[in-house]
Parts: sequence; C-alpha cells; structure tokens
Amino acid sequence: MKRRDFVRNSALGTVGTLLIPHFLKAYETHSLTGGPSAGKTLVIVQLSGGNDGLNTVVPFRNDIYYRERPTIGIAPDKVLKLNDEIGFNPALEALKGLYDDGLVTVVNNVGYPNPDRSHFRSMDIWQTASDSDKYLTTGWLGRYLDANCHGSDCVAHRAIEVDDTLSLALKGQELNGLALLDPKKLYNQTRSGLVTELAHLKPDARLAAANPNISYLYKTLAETASSAEFIYDKSKVNRSQTVYPASELGNRLKTVSELITSGVNTNVYYISISGFDTHINQPGQQERLLRQYAEAVAAFTKDLKSTGKLNDVLLMTFSEFGRRVKQNASNGTDHGTANNLFLIGGGLTPGKVFNEAPNLTNLDEGNLKYSVDFRSIYATLLRDWLKVDDVAVLGRKFETLSFV
Amino acid sequence: MKEQVNKQHLFWRAGFGANPHQLREAEHQSVRKVVRALFTDSRDFVPLTVADGDQPAKKELKGLFKEGKLDRDTLKDRIRENRESIRDLNVQWMQQMASGRGALREKMALFWHGHFACRNQNNVGMVQQYVNLLREHALGNFGDLLMAVSKSPAMLQFLNNQQNRKNAPNENFAREVMELFTLGRANYTEHDIKEAARAFTGWGFNPQGEFVFRRNVHDEGEKTVFGKAGAFQGEDIIRLLLERKETATFVTTKLYRFLVTDEITDNLTDHQRITQLSDQFYRSNYDIANLLETIFTSDWFYDPKYVGARIKSPVELLAGMQHSLGIQFEQKQPVLYVQRTLGQVLLYPPNVAGWPGGRNWIDSSSLLFRMKLPDLILKAGEVTVKPKDDGDVNTELLARKVNRLFASQVDWTNFENAFRKVSEERLVDELALYFLPQPLTAPQRTLLLSKVTKERLRSEKIRNLTTAILSLPEYQLC
Repeated sequence: MKRRDFVRNSALGTVGTLLIPHFLKAYETHSLTGGPSAGKTLVIVQLSGGNDGLNTVVPFRNDIYYRERPTIGIAPDKVLKLNDEIGFNPALEALKGLYDDGLVTVVNNVGYPNPDRSHFRSMDIWQTASDSDKYLTTGWLGRYLDANCHGSDCVAHRAIEVDDTLSLALKGQELNGLALLDPKKLYNQTRSGLVTELAHLKPDARLAAANPNISYLYKTLAETASSAEFIYDKSKVNRSQTVYPASELGNRLKTVSELITSGVNTNVYYISISGFDTHINQPGQQERLLRQYAEAVAAFTKDLKSTGKLNDVLLMTFSEFGRRVKQNASNGTDHGTANNLFLIGGGLTPGKVFNEAPNLTNLDEGNLKYSVDFRSIYATLLRDWLKVDDVAVLGRKFETLSFV
Repeated sequence: MKEQVNKQHLFWRAGFGANPHQLREAEHQSVRKVVRALFTDSRDFVPLTVADGDQPAKKELKGLFKEGKLDRDTLKDRIRENRESIRDLNVQWMQQMASGRGALREKMALFWHGHFACRNQNNVGMVQQYVNLLREHALGNFGDLLMAVSKSPAMLQFLNNQQNRKNAPNENFAREVMELFTLGRANYTEHDIKEAARAFTGWGFNPQGEFVFRRNVHDEGEKTVFGKAGAFQGEDIIRLLLERKETATFVTTKLYRFLVTDEITDNLTDHQRITQLSDQFYRSNYDIANLLETIFTSDWFYDPKYVGARIKSPVELLAGMQHSLGIQFEQKQPVLYVQRTLGQVLLYPPNVAGWPGGRNWIDSSSLLFRMKLPDLILKAGEVTVKPKDDGDVNTELLARKVNRLFASQVDWTNFENAFRKVSEERLVDELALYFLPQPLTAPQRTLLLSKVTKERLRSEKIRNLTTAILSLPEYQLC
C-alpha cells in the first residue's frame, strides 16, 4: 500500500471510531500522561493594523524622535520609564505594573529581511513564518499541530483561536486549529440544523474511498462536533472569579483563562484585535487601544496568579509591522517595518528590556531596521517553551533567544 | 441519470452549475453540443463598469490636497468612494457569475484572477481595467493575456515595477512573472531574474492609468536571459517565457487542478494526460479555448472519480447557489460578508500567489458556516458569525454590519416548476440528484425525510428539503 493510500484509509477509519465516547476516554487517560508541550501554554495576541511601536515604547531621550514627531511625540515626563532610554506610553500603566513585577519582557527591533508594508502580506509573513519572497499555505501554529500530531494529541483544539473564523496561522497541512468565540456558541452551532446528525453519519464507504474530500469533510465535521462538546462540557465547570474589563480583548482573555483552568489540554490560544492602522489622529485612538490592551492583560495575569497558572502561561503580543519614524501631515503615522514585541508571564527569565533601543540614525528609507528576526522568537517559543522541534515547524534553524 | 450527472459535472466545472431548466435541456444532448453551446454563450465580452475613468487615484487626490485644491473631508470622501467602487465592482462581477450568462468566460476569468492575483485598493480605474482584461482574454490566447496583465497598471503597481529603473532595479515583477505566472519554481535562475528585471525597467503607468514605456529609465544594455543575449526589452522577455515549454506545462497543470482534480498524486494517468495537454497547448501557440474544449470533450473528464472531487471555492459556492435558485440579494452586503467569512474576497486575493484552494477552504468554522449558509439565505436565519477585521482601516467598509443582512428574493416558482412532474416519493431523490454530485445514502435520505414530516404544501416541502440538501457536506463539492 502506498503511504498516501494508507493515510487516506486511516483517515477514513477515524470517521467511525472518533465518535464521542471513545474519543473522550482516550482523551482523559492522555491528560494524565502528558506529551510534548505538557503543562505549558502559549497565548498570542495579535494587534492588527500595524501598531506604532515608537509611541508604544517611547525613546524619550532621543532628539530625532521628537524632531520627527512634533505633534504626536510623547513628552519625557509622561513616559513610564523602563530604563534610561525607553519607557511605556502612559496608557500602558497597567502593563508597567506587571513590568515592575518582572513579568514583562520587551524585545525591540523585531522584523524580517526585505519587509513588506502591505498589511495583508506582512501579516501573511508573520502568520506563515515565511521569507518575504515565499508564499506558504500553512501557518506556523498549524505546522506545530502537524508536527505534534500523535494519537490522541492529534485534535484541532490543541490550538484554539478565540474568534468566529480561523486565521492562516493555525492552518496546517494535516490538521487545523479550532476557532471558537466562546465554548457555548460553538457548541450551539454544532447542535443546530443537521450538524449533530450529520456528524454521526458516515459517508458512503465506497464513495468516500474514491473521493478523499468526502471523508475529509465528514472527518472535519465529526471532530468539530466532538471537540465542541468536549470543550463545552469541560469549560462549564470553571467560571473565572477575576473581574475583566468589558472590552473585546478582556472577554476573550477571560475565555482563555477559563479554558486553561478547565484542563482542556490546549497548548496554544490565538486572539487578534484591530484598530491600530492609525494614519489619522493617532494619539487618542492608540491610547484607547493600548489602555484596553494593558488592562485586559493585567486582569488576565491577576487571574492566572489566583489559579496558580502564572508560571505555565506565556503571552506574546506582536503587530504585522511598526510605523515610520516620521509622523505624517494628519497627526498619524504611515506603514513601517521593524517593531517591538512583548512577552508576558511568570516563566520568563526575569522580565526586562531584552535588547538595544531602536536606532533612529540608521534608517532604511525612513524606516527602522530590524535586528531580531521574528522567527527567532517563534523558535524560542517552540523549543524552550512548548518543548517541541522548532526546525520541524519553521523549516530551518533560527537562533533561539534566552528569554524563557 | 448518468447523463444528468455528467452534464451537471460539466456545468459546474465550466461554470457555476446549471439551473434545473438548463440541465433538463442539456441532459439528452451530446457532450460536444453542450460544450459548443457553452462557448457560444461566452462569445461576447461585455466589460464590467463602475468607473467612468474619471475617478482620480488616491495619489492624485493627495496631490490635489497638498496643493490646497481639496479640503480634508473631500479627500477622505473621494478615497472612500474609490474603495466603494471597487466593492461595487466585486459585487457586479459576482452578479455576472451568478446570472449564468457567459458562465465559461466568468469561470475562466476567476481562474486567471487566482493565477494573475493582484490587489489594489486605491484606484478603481486600474482595478476595473485589470479585471476586464482577465475577462476579455479568459478564453483567448494565453500569450496575449500574459502581455496584457504584465502591462496593466494594476499589476505593475502591485509588483512595484513603477519603481524598477535603470541602475536601481526592482526585481519583484521579474521574479513573480517567472515563478507564479509562467515557468514555476526551479525553471529559472536568480541570474535570469536579475537580467529580466533590467529588461522590464521603464515599464510603468501614467496618472491616467495607462501603460507607458519610460525610455529614460530603461536599461538599454545587453542582458542574458535563459542563455540568450540581447538588448532585451520587456516584450522580449515575455516572448522568451512563452518559448519555454515549461510555461505550457506549468499553466496546464494549474488548469487541470482547477477543472479536473486538485488531487494530482503520483498517479501516472494524471501525469501523462497533463503532458499531452501541455504539448497541445504549446503547439496551438497557447490557445486557451482549444485546450478547454479538449478537456471538456474527453471521456476521462467524466470518470466518476472526478465527479464531485473538488471543494467549491466560496465564490463558486455562492454564485452556484444563487444561480440554481435564482437568488437576488436586496443589498450588496451579503455577497461581501460571505466572501469575507469564508476567505475569498474578489479583487482582494491574499497575495500574488492567489488563493491556495482545495482543502485550505475547509476548517471547523468555515465548514459550519458553509452548512449554515442555506439557512441564512433561504430562511433568513440569524447571523451570528462575524468575519475578522484584517486591521487595514481602509477595508473596514467590507465588514460593515447590516440588519436583515440576507434579505433576498428567491425564484421558488420557477424552481418548483422544474420538479412539478416528480412524484412525492421521488422528490427528495430528484432534488438531491440535481444539487449533489452523488446520490443520497440511505441514512441521509432517512435523515432528510425526517425533517419534512409536517409540511403539508408541496412547495413548502421542496423549500425545506432544498435548504437541508444544501447543508450537506456533499454540497461543498463539485
């Protein structure tokens, strides 16, 4: 039998055997034994639109910064200082508290060679971890699922996106992550219409053998229904006791926290929030978003502390690019390149500013040059945090960094 | 029954499916005759028009703004109008696809849109010109199409050829034209790209959105591409690319995936067939219609293993559903909402490589949404799914929330009329035979019938059965 046929036949086999009772039994025994990534959770918060890094982490001693940003630059006395050179936007007050507790690492100048300034394309590059002249159809977390797809670990909900639709980042070759805005909503979706009945229905064996896409569709459906039920059952038990801000991010992080404490064995959570494309009248809009972000993350951290999970959860925040050093004529900023990125959690080597501040004298057509390839961050998260083979996921070796 | 299945297969691959009346008419005609009729129906090319060519581009507007000839609010309005026009163009194209008129032309234009993928959000004139040239050449000559796309301002802008100048070459266009439009990876060297980029220097466009050759920034020196030397210009590189047999193979393979099966495995038959088809394509000097006709009239095209083997793209799914049931939306929003939620927004492909397609369309949430879609459209079901914001402040209008999102007219009378002679007993089977590539399994049949026990009126029964059949995973296939 050819490998492909074997894969195909076994995929077909699972349609019948993945019915819920079996599946759950396998699951529960597994969670005792653990596997790769056991116990560690990665939460990714994507800031869509290109967050202005220079007004997020402000180089308050730099004359060039104030010269290039005469109306939107943040005055030194307002900045929440992290060291002698840089400090947080005052809207990040809640995050500064976490930083003072050693829970936040700031990595400056993160980017990639030949940067693309289109939102879509740059986000594509971040989500697939490709070079800027290559086009991949799988995401890095999808490939994480693929590479760690063994037996009962091979389930979509190893990686959950808290949203209605699934990002490319979580799409693999063999396995995709699971998108759910909240467990009940997904569960209800799988209980409506014909979905429940169809999820238990086998396609015609002869047809399915001749047509692999039929078995793929039914397999996806059966797995979705069983994952949805499993997660809903587990998550019903735990309700967070922490008060979260009533923002979109607050709600989503609360869902993540409840899923973590309910023990659903998910290693990766993905959230995106948008609004960071601040071409016009940036300050008010960015401050509002940053404040929401910082307050939601602070609540999440407090929650994790109260459930004893703080050392097992790492939150990473990135944006597809930073913005140009020079502000534009509309009190805003245009698309740029390298940017800073935050890592938050109790398992970091004590939080700090990880590397040098951005160099505003050595620019590439008005844009910051990167010094840390974002795939080095991914490699470190995979190898040192989730304890899996980073090369299998990223396709080649990237230097790992010492922040875990 | 076999004849009906085969004809529906043809209509789905060569278009967006047939409505029941078209299918009935074609059922007993020869394949050759039906294929000829498809070409005849697509003979005329009528451009899509939302822009009269007078809309200034964003760049121009910004210029006027700087010179003080435009105030800020007018500037913003104009930029917004541009984007809304691009959205209107999207909707107009979808309407054309759903209408069933010129289906083969539109289906192939959709293919070329994925092949020559291009995004441009700031200039509706350029986008309109780009989409119309795909439609115009969709069934013509691939060489002409390649030349037209390569000289289209939308593509030149998208792949940065406006910045490609003597002494400061930008290789983006030269690279993609080889990797994605003609030869495919491994059939050229980095040196070929560098040299070809020099030949394309000076290819650009003017503010009116017309192609211009700017001789003063063109590198007139000698270039060596694919081992041949000469003072090449852009046109010469296009000619050299078409001379290479690999171009025919690359394009034919991609077309075979689109029309026949996206699962080309180690299967020798598929490979031999692609080789034969590529030879023919090359010998015919890249005659697209000729290649399509060969595929559609070949016996192997109707092999049961290919029938229902493809996963419909979101656009195919929606246009097909609209065409089958004569669905007209009262607003533009549902068309854009479905495209966004399922990940295929016309005129906004993800990148120059186009949509990956196949199983990439399906994950847990997209499958659930696809199965829910008939309920939303046909039963005015409650809309609960919100597509993701892509972060670009300028595409937000695509995501705008609208009440009664799916308000639509369905031509039920006409549809029901096509099934008037079908017995009560056979109704579910005939509907399934029409909508699905395979007959119902016994458990599916039981399940569907269990959902229509209360309906007293036949029309009610037809509507409810139809909604249920369109929710089956099998309806995702064509």
